[in-house]
Amino acid sequence: MGHPDVSKSSANDQLRLHVQSDTEATVQGAPKHGTGDSMTLASDKGAHERKEDIKEEPVSAAESNRDGGDEEEERPPLPPRPSLLKNGEKPGPALSTIAKPTTALSSVDIQTLSFPDGTRGTFSTPASRAVSQAVSFSETSGGQTTPSRKVSRTGSFDDAASLMSYAPTLKANGDLMSLLDDGLNSQSPAWKLLTSQAESVNPFENIEFEDNSLSNFEHEFDDIEALDSKSGNEEEVLSQWKSKLKHYLILSSAGKPIYSRHGDQNLINGYIGIIQTIISFFQGAKDPLMGFTAGSTRFVVSTDGPLYFVAISKLGESDAQLRAQLEALYMQILSTLTLPTLTHLFTNRPNTDLRRPLEGTETLLSSLADTFTKGSPSALLSALECLKIRKSQRHTINNTLLKTRTEKLLYGLIVAGGRLVSVVRPKRHSLHPSDLQLIFNMLFEAGSVKAGGGENWIPVCLPGFNNRGYLYMYVSFLSAFEDSTNPEGRPSTASSKSREDEIAILLISADKESFFELKQMRDDVVAQLEKNGSMEIIKAAVRKGRPSTTDIVPGTQLRHFLYKSRANVQFTMPSFSPDFSSLLARRRLMTLYHNLHASTHAKHSHLKVLHCVSKDSISLAWTTPIFEFYCVAGPNASRAALAQGANKVIQWVKREEERVFIIGGAVF
Amino acid sequence: MAARGPTGTRGGNNRFAQFKLVLLGESAVGKSSLVLRFVKDQFDDFRESTIGAAFLTQTISLDDQTTVKFEIWDTAGQERYKSLAPMYYRNANCAVVVYDITQASSLDKAKQWVKELQRQANENIIIALAGNKLDLVTAQPDKRAIQTADAEAYAREAGLLFFETSAKTSENVRELFTSIAKKLPLDQAGPRNPRSGGRGGVELRPETPGTQSNGPCAC
Ligand SMILES: Nc1nc2c(ncn2[C@@H]2O[C@H](COP(=O)(O)OP(=O)(O)O)[C@@H](O)[C@H]2O)c(=O)[nH]1
Ligand SMILES: [Mg+2]
Repeated sequence: MGHPDVSKSSANDQLRLHVQSDTEATVQGAPKHGTGDSMTLASDKGAHERKEDIKEEPVSAAESNRDGGDEEEERPPLPPRPSLLKNGEKPGPALSTIAKPTTALSSVDIQTLSFPDGTRGTFSTPASRAVSQAVSFSETSGGQTTPSRKVSRTGSFDDAASLMSYAPTLKANGDLMSLLDDGLNSQSPAWKLLTSQAESVNPFENIEFEDNSLSNFEHEFDDIEALDSKSGNEEEVLSQWKSKLKHYLILSSAGKPIYSRHGDQNLINGYIGIIQTIISFFQGAKDPLMGFTAGSTRFVVSTDGPLYFVAISKLGESDAQLRAQLEALYMQILSTLTLPTLTHLFTNRPNTDLRRPLEGTETLLSSLADTFTKGSPSALLSALECLKIRKSQRHTINNTLLKTRTEKLLYGLIVAGGRLVSVVRPKRHSLHPSDLQLIFNMLFEAGSVKAGGGENWIPVCLPGFNNRGYLYMYVSFLSAFEDSTNPEGRPSTASSKSREDEIAILLISADKESFFELKQMRDDVVAQLEKNGSMEIIKAAVRKGRPSTTDIVPGTQLRHFLYKSRANVQFTMPSFSPDFSSLLARRRLMTLYHNLHASTHAKHSHLKVLHCVSKDSISLAWTTPIFEFYCVAGPNASRAALAQGANKVIQWVKREEERVFIIGGAVF
Repeated sequence: MAARGPTGTRGGNNRFAQFKLVLLGESAVGKSSLVLRFVKDQFDDFRESTIGAAFLTQTISLDDQTTVKFEIWDTAGQERYKSLAPMYYRNANCAVVVYDITQASSLDKAKQWVKELQRQANENIIIALAGNKLDLVTAQPDKRAIQTADAEAYAREAGLLFFETSAKTSENVRELFTSIAKKLPLDQAGPRNPRSGGRGGVELRPETPGTQSNGPCAC
């Protein structure tokens, strides 16, 4: 079950060999291996199977059992967390039903999905969804396409569908092995035609066939005009609203609108009413609605106590993925209000308008939503990314935090552009990736905190830590591009353009009066880091950015990859540039990753290796108890080149493991 | 436009005083914008709401001998943070209560804050009332929801400094803070040492170490 045997034989062999040994290990779905696997960013308390007895397996982002020696052998227990919901409020044990799809693609296929955190749930999806998702490998479109369009793309359809549509039954070792065998997966005529061209075509470069599904993506994040009854722009506004590929709606069970990513109140009120009626109908029948499909649009519903969450997507994510996104929005609401407050508000007045208590946090919900719509590796993998620095350098930074630590400190973090640099924490407490996702969103995606221009003192509930109360977070930013000779050492941030070069010092305490103490610690930390050279190392690493695939594996045809270390609940990836710098290219890539991820995480899929060929890319998903790996190359790359690249990257990660991941963080 | 002039009881050379200032007022009236204009001389038309509270400092020279450093708490105006407000104004020497002259309700909210400060805060606290977004009514006079005379009358009655300001154009922003500085009891502020006792050095936490440089804010 270890890392692939690195021999000098052809890469294809290595991979195949590994496939075999892996399947023999028979780890199913998301294997519970070690202690880290079960952690997810967003679905660790999945709306889906929110049971009181759900196993709590918080994982410190900074922790590992693999290499850290004995000290970290056992993860410290987390303080007991109260259940999120009272028994009575829970949706049925497992999602038993779904509304009948409204389209022709209507046969229903009951599936049990295994979530990344190890929880399982049954629900049904239109059987044809699997197929249409397979198709979307080639076109990176939303899940459902019309049959006529499918036919027009037989070339890519054959390859992808032959793997994907039977994914649930692919069990035997033989099948897995043959995935990479020329026999089963023979290349389509289109493929052969393409291979006669240059090898260096990048993924998604050839978009010869019609693919309008993402044509509006560049405008996805544009504001919708306000309804103006005088000028009668209703139709225009409505068409703008409908052209959005992704919507998130939050409403109360009484039907009060709480949040909508797009469109103002006047515009969405009608829809909220309809949605509320539909959901309530099923609630009333004790048969909660989980999702339905209309045309090429997937609706996923999630109920959390008094709140209804709806994701409406044309981007083709799986239900589990959409549900995880809704869960994150719920966590954001808890983070603002705490669970007792939320419960109290609705117990006292079921008709509560939650917009007022949430005032000012719409931007946090929207930046989370947009992160999902743009496509976030971190959210998809439920894992964190670290800034790559030497182990000894990280050690020095950890020690600096430990040495300057004040009494009042609970967690201390240094984060650079959403990548973790260092964490210190008490032995007894871990940090939950889902909580860090909320914090990173607040600091690096939403502008609110940075725009404050000073130091910040933010009450925040971290639901993974404790959903019943607030912690207080001291935050100050430094820019990697500013020189450190600033006398007060507290440079402005408004001038810094990119979130990637923001370095944040986060000091979290349970004491709301400890601002000045933490501020002093921050001053000490920064002074020390500057003195011992660490600050320059951090800034240099930030300025350098992520390496490209060819920096990692010279000459490789891989254009991008994601590698998640299960035990560390961390992932690493190369830079999105040059091939995926644009919003659209990145979305196409992320859609591909979402599809690979969904296929390898579906319960009945025992897929350990999935190889996909389409007109615009070839890609590979490879899961073992140690890692999840996804990579993509241009359509003309050979499978051998893909597999070789994959093996090389995995060797690289193994070599660099203690630099790309935080292994065994600092505790006090 | 100040309702009351500075009292200016000053004496001695090279005085340095440090004061705590808190900004209060309804959400979106322009508190953060006023601070950012004052501290960094910046303005942003699409500012997102403050989350929690922001802490900034700015030092101004009143004259050749007198330097005043403000430690500023910019609070978020939202209801859910209400219970945290005392933490920020508890030891404040001065407060700026902001309303938006184009939003009638925002003055009511401001009056509530003034009442709360006068009841709960430091009894010598100096309070300034700022009617912000003056630029909006300069362009479109019919946008004004609160007449200057009305607000001024209220301010006089309640014993507040009063300005109409624009964070966008900077109008009266510096004047607002300077006139507060001038009203603060500099005579008790002691020598040029930021953390020397006296009224000037009142802290949220009195035992905060005094190791900071006292140079002007370099922001
Ligand atoms: N026209 C104009 N807009 C302003 C002024 N001050 C603030 N704003 C805008 O009003 C909104 C809210 O400002 P903000 O400073 O965040 O208010 P706060 O919630 O009280 O901190 C932002 O969009 C600002 O750009 C001003 O003086 N004039
Ligand atoms: Mg503000």
